[in-house]
Amino acid sequence: MKAFLPLFIGLVTAGLVAMAWVESGGLALHEMRSAGTPQEAVEALVTDIQSRNWDRAYARLANSNDFEKQAFIRDLAGSSGSLRTYSSLESFKVWPVEAGADDATMRVRLNWSSAVGPLDDVRDLEVKKEGNVWKVVWPKPQFAKVPPQVIPVNYLRWDVIGRGPTDDWGVQNVDNPNVRITSMNAVERPDRVVIVGEVVNEDTVPAYVNVNATLLNSDSKPMDQEGSFDMISHTLLPRQVSPYRIDFPGFHLQQVKSVRMDVKAMLVPASADPVIAVTDQKMDKDPLGKNVLRGALVNQSGQTVNIAQVLADYYDANGRVIWVSDGYVDQALEPQVAVPFAVDVPDDVASKIHNYHVLVNHYSIHEGS
Amino acid sequence: MLRLTACLLLLMRLAAFGEVHPPAQVTAGKGFSISTTGSGDASFYLISPGHVAKREVKLGQDIPVDASDVKKAGRYLAIACGSGGCNSAAFYVMAAEPDKVSFFLHPSRVRVKSNDAINATAFVFDQFYNLVLTPVTVDFKVIPKTGPPIDRPIKSNLGVAWMRVASTPKQGPVKVIAEVGKASEPRVIQQVASDACNLRIKATRTAKAVLIETDPLRDCSGNAIPDGTIVSFTEIDGKGKTTVDVPIKKGIARTQLPVNGRAKISVASGVVIGNEISLGGGL
Repeated sequence: MKAFLPLFIGLVTAGLVAMAWVESGGLALHEMRSAGTPQEAVEALVTDIQSRNWDRAYARLANSNDFEKQAFIRDLAGSSGSLRTYSSLESFKVWPVEAGADDATMRVRLNWSSAVGPLDDVRDLEVKKEGNVWKVVWPKPQFAKVPPQVIPVNYLRWDVIGRGPTDDWGVQNVDNPNVRITSMNAVERPDRVVIVGEVVNEDTVPAYVNVNATLLNSDSKPMDQEGSFDMISHTLLPRQVSPYRIDFPGFHLQQVKSVRMDVKAMLVPASADPVIAVTDQKMDKDPLGKNVLRGALVNQSGQTVNIAQVLADYYDANGRVIWVSDGYVDQALEPQVAVPFAVDVPDDVASKIHNYHVLVNHYSIHEGS
Repeated sequence: MLRLTACLLLLMRLAAFGEVHPPAQVTAGKGFSISTTGSGDASFYLISPGHVAKREVKLGQDIPVDASDVKKAGRYLAIACGSGGCNSAAFYVMAAEPDKVSFFLHPSRVRVKSNDAINATAFVFDQFYNLVLTPVTVDFKVIPKTGPPIDRPIKSNLGVAWMRVASTPKQGPVKVIAEVGKASEPRVIQQVASDACNLRIKATRTAKAVLIETDPLRDCSGNAIPDGTIVSFTEIDGKGKTTVDVPIKKGIARTQLPVNGRAKISVASGVVIGNEISLGGGL
């Protein structure tokens, strides 16, 4: 009985010391010290990013003194209502690119899940050995700053007043815009038939456009009907051209006798602002060796574009549209700042591409359009 | 023989009961009388396309029908029922004088110099909104912003008169009026510029980029292309391709593009392609 009390006090003290060690970051320090390989270091870092444990992730960096934690968080969690702010890191994959005794380059593929579908982000990370521990050297986040200025915006805005419910029968209404499909091509893919082409707004007012296609079999009976969904720029300003793509999964061209196209246009309020330039476009390869169309978006207007979608159509040597692909940009488009983008191009299509046309769909929270 | 006798007896009985004799044709909104034969009390029914009226009458006297009972054009049935049975006669109420016109003008926007592009259709009604089926002349007046007005009288057919007319070469509002008697319905149609004609750009070097702008954009009739119309600029240089869709502002589309070395710049608007300019290296 005499020995029990000292033993009990000793156990409680040891427990309290252990809790204090955990609370003071001892466990994290242990984990960090346990990053005995570059692979482990990157995996531990990305695991913390995935769980949004920014303090611990930031503490794992070899170069955390080079930039603020807020910049690190902004780099990964996004800002200004960008698509990244609505995304979460679903999974990741890490593999070595170069490995030395004291430094290594690791490639990490981050799979973000977002409101518009999965987004891939491939980064090469430098990893350094500090003592017995490997730590990640995070690329210093660079955020372009726009100097204070006044950007006059006086582009047109179209508003619509339609016929009211109390108006008599026969009272004139405003007609829907005239839009026209200028090209259409049916493309066979391994698992589907894809209809690609372009549509133009031939009117002097903005149009909300939807393109639908129906596959007809040898008896001229409909097999399937699909719409362009988000593979089109729905709001077309006067004389604007948009690519469209309609997918028919599970069908093959040999089953199809003809395709019935249907374009619907509605008159909608719209603004000619913002203007987004697509600069430095070129066909390239990504770090994984896949064909991509690369470029940068420059918002030439004065307000932030929160979410941008790049739509690209590709032409063969005869000027025929042979493919349409898209990609969402997970950064917001700040005024006058170039934001890079890359959209995938299938390998078999890439070899036939003679020219391409890029269009940007945009969404701004303050406009709701 | 037996059947024929029965029919004759029935006819005699009906004849004895009394008949109603409305006028063959009546004008909507005008009262009239229906003469009857026979004698005694009877219930009189007037069944119209819009409603049914009933009242007690004396056979052998004229039955006055109020103007408010014959507002709707169409086939009416007058029935008199007494103790001896019922007898009926049909008559037609025709639309009154033209008093209203419903006017459809399509489209609400039309490109200049388009043949048969404006479609005007007028429906002629009387004051009770009955379609006037007898031919009447509808005067269509087309009044462009500039130039002489066009007057085109068209005879209606079964209540409808229509015409097609070409748009004029000048953009702007065009007033189209459909007139029938005192009734007049105006509509306005917008004539808009056609595709850009002779789309040309010029480039001016600035400190960091090249300012590219179009000449004032006009169609082949000299109308200014409306502001907001998209003009696409494409520039190809050593770093790749740059494109920007720019809306026309004050008649001109302009943008600034960075240029790296030699570059080719082209322009398009919709399906119209403009000129191409080449820039040498060294900004």
